[in-house]
Amino acid sequence: MNESLTKLTLSNGLQVLLQEMHTSPIISQWIWYRVGSRDEVPGLTGASHWVEHMMFKGTPEFPLGVLDRAVSREGGYSNAFTFLDWTSYFETLPADKIDLALRLEADRMYHSLFDANEVSSERTVIISERQGSENEPLFRLSEEVQSAAFRVHPYHHEIIGDLTDLYSMQREDLYHHYRTYYAPNNAVLSIAGDFETQSILARIRELYEPLAAGPIPPRLVRIEPPQAGERRVSVEGPGETIYLQVSYRAPKADDPDFFALNLLDSLLTGPTNLNMFGGGVTNKTSRLYKALVEKELAVSVNGGLQATIDPYLYTTVITVHPKHTASDCIAAMEAEIKQLQDAPPPVVELERALKQARAIFAYGSESISNLAYWMGFAEMFATLDWFTTYLERLAAVTPADVQRLAQTCLRPQNRTLGVYLPNSTTP
Amino acid sequence: MTIHSLPGPDDIVRRELPNGIVVLLRPNLSSLSVVVTGYLSAGAIFEPDDKLGLASFTALALMRGTSQRDFQQIYDGLESNGASLGIDGGTHSIGFYGHALAEDLDLLIGTLAETLRQPVFPTDQVERLRNQLLTSLAIRAQDTTEVASLAFDELVYAGHPYRRPEDGYPETIRSIRREDLIAFHEKHFGPVGMVISIVGGVGTERTLESVTRFLGDWENLNQPIQPDLPPLKPLSGTISRQVNIPGKSEADVVMGVAGPPRRSPDFLVASLGNNILGQFGMYGRIGESVREQSGLAYHASSSLSGGIGPGPWLFIAGVAPNNLEKVITLMRLEIARFISEPVTSEELADSQANYIGRLPLSLESNVGVASALLNLERYSLGLDYYQRYPDLIRAITPAEILETAQGYLHLDRLAIATAGTFDTPG
Repeated sequence: MNESLTKLTLSNGLQVLLQEMHTSPIISQWIWYRVGSRDEVPGLTGASHWVEHMMFKGTPEFPLGVLDRAVSREGGYSNAFTFLDWTSYFETLPADKIDLALRLEADRMYHSLFDANEVSSERTVIISERQGSENEPLFRLSEEVQSAAFRVHPYHHEIIGDLTDLYSMQREDLYHHYRTYYAPNNAVLSIAGDFETQSILARIRELYEPLAAGPIPPRLVRIEPPQAGERRVSVEGPGETIYLQVSYRAPKADDPDFFALNLLDSLLTGPTNLNMFGGGVTNKTSRLYKALVEKELAVSVNGGLQATIDPYLYTTVITVHPKHTASDCIAAMEAEIKQLQDAPPPVVELERALKQARAIFAYGSESISNLAYWMGFAEMFATLDWFTTYLERLAAVTPADVQRLAQTCLRPQNRTLGVYLPNSTTP
Repeated sequence: MTIHSLPGPDDIVRRELPNGIVVLLRPNLSSLSVVVTGYLSAGAIFEPDDKLGLASFTALALMRGTSQRDFQQIYDGLESNGASLGIDGGTHSIGFYGHALAEDLDLLIGTLAETLRQPVFPTDQVERLRNQLLTSLAIRAQDTTEVASLAFDELVYAGHPYRRPEDGYPETIRSIRREDLIAFHEKHFGPVGMVISIVGGVGTERTLESVTRFLGDWENLNQPIQPDLPPLKPLSGTISRQVNIPGKSEADVVMGVAGPPRRSPDFLVASLGNNILGQFGMYGRIGESVREQSGLAYHASSSLSGGIGPGPWLFIAGVAPNNLEKVITLMRLEIARFISEPVTSEELADSQANYIGRLPLSLESNVGVASALLNLERYSLGLDYYQRYPDLIRAITPAEILETAQGYLHLDRLAIATAGTFDTPG
């Protein structure tokens, strides 16, 4: 990030973030809406994701099929993502073709058709998407853990939604969801690449300023009460492999403790990679890899922390060694955590984790798409400063902070523990 | 990006070291990082049927310990510096990929050289790795896409090395001894046929010096050359295989034929045609029919692999088991249309624009350029290939696509593999 970053808000409330980057003749545009699965009530779970699908089903200006083909024709690529807290759409194109993406996103913010036949056709597509995910043991385990970890907060349900709601939701439900949340004052436009700021800004004003702000409802807030004891779930299914998922309630992204937990995660399971595009670092020297995989209690271990508006989960997933049990892994994991609870980690270990984070940051900063992603992503749960000060805030974490997070966050009473048991191992 | 800013003879450095290693470079001095990627001529093509997975097992074991350092020391060197390196097996070659901050180029190339040249295959690490591989195979056996793909390969590539999975079967992985790994490494790993592509924030001379220092004196006088592939026996009719995996909510279908090798004059024509058939926009005609119009699958597309030999031309979808036959029928209808009438000029123009326009995007990153350079060497495309590429694409006609498609795709000679939970035997 440098001085060519421009941040402003249009009169209709649209936040705009522009970062010139002239390393390649490419521009990446992302638009972010402050709506995700956490804004859905029972009966409408999966609406945000389904709306995301419908945004590719045409407007009067870009009818069905035209939109995807238009981006492909220009050599670009596009995609969309629905998360707990947000929904985003992006197009990366040759720089001289970016006007297409600018027109397309401004247009579909208000003019998506939600044709009833297309809603019907997409219902079975999304059910197929969900059933494809259900083929995966780790999806089934994750869904159970998530729902057990959140009894009250709408982080309770999977982003794709519950099957019963996917069968029952109607076109009017989805269109209402779209009209409620898709408005300039509920969106962030982040663009990075080979452009001249004043020129692209003039075009953005031309396209977006005619769009009226909407009466955006407050975010759905249902505060999850403190967890008073360990929760355990199990899922049975086909296969031979036992999986273990351990999810601790974790601080929200703009909590200073988020950064301490991020470094704690680096020590335990290897460096977190929050890049959408860009390389990461392996985790074979992490504490849990040594304790679980090197000791042949597990065949793999991975961990990660999500940046969210409200407190979410710090999750470790372990593939259990065929000659061991989930209990063996839990005991070994707890022993490692206890070491960090009993004594702060050496400074040199934090310095090492920081260098890893700097390297991952450098890898990600070389991608124009990743840079545009990061700018808008940070605004979804905090502000752009969260991104620009990310490494500084990691560097400010002390060994005592890491020890405190191990003591407060990584307690058994603060976790939900899920085990996937293959049918072949159950009585 | 103009034609002349695409990688070409003016800015790609190609050097062949005296021991045979080909080094490809394209410095990007504005970059903070560097990518090192490439391959050696030592893939699964060299392994016997009763040791399937040997090449891959050997490749994965290289970083488990060397004569200088143990597993933890090797990875500590990399991970402490935010660097990453991986070595894995393929059909024709062993591939490697690593990235690091530019200042750590020596660390990356030094670790690569050390693990390629001086592995010791520690017994405990070999057994640990074996258990990890067996677990991966147990997971593979539950993956409907993977299982359907394995079945497809067995149907299309009967009697050909491509029928064999590079990661082997549980019984072959169990049968591989540490001595087999040592012997495979001693015989097949060497500089002849090795290509290394380095792109990032390090200058040419500095990079060449590093490669020469770490790999320039590597020799293996007994290293065999790649065997010729046997001819592939064409399918004599449509053949199907259904694999039942209990407890799955969705089934996968993998159908198709063997397609043209990457070096074949047919490849680019078939590839552009395939883009129309199952890639362009939301998965081309296949996606339009199966997903957009019928709502039968989240994913339905076609793909063409190319490669050294006749890689597969695939039509794939993930679908509810009760819709499987409908989806197969729809995909067959699209194949029938594709081989009976030329693509429209509009479809062709769209895909030509897509192929030409996306080239700069694929070359944005260091890894994109490094991979592109490897392809130049692997398939003897010529250093000016990317500069010639737009003209090559523009020259393709609907008649050529039709003629090429008719040479490969035949409705009465398809392999159809499915995997999922089925009520009735296939």
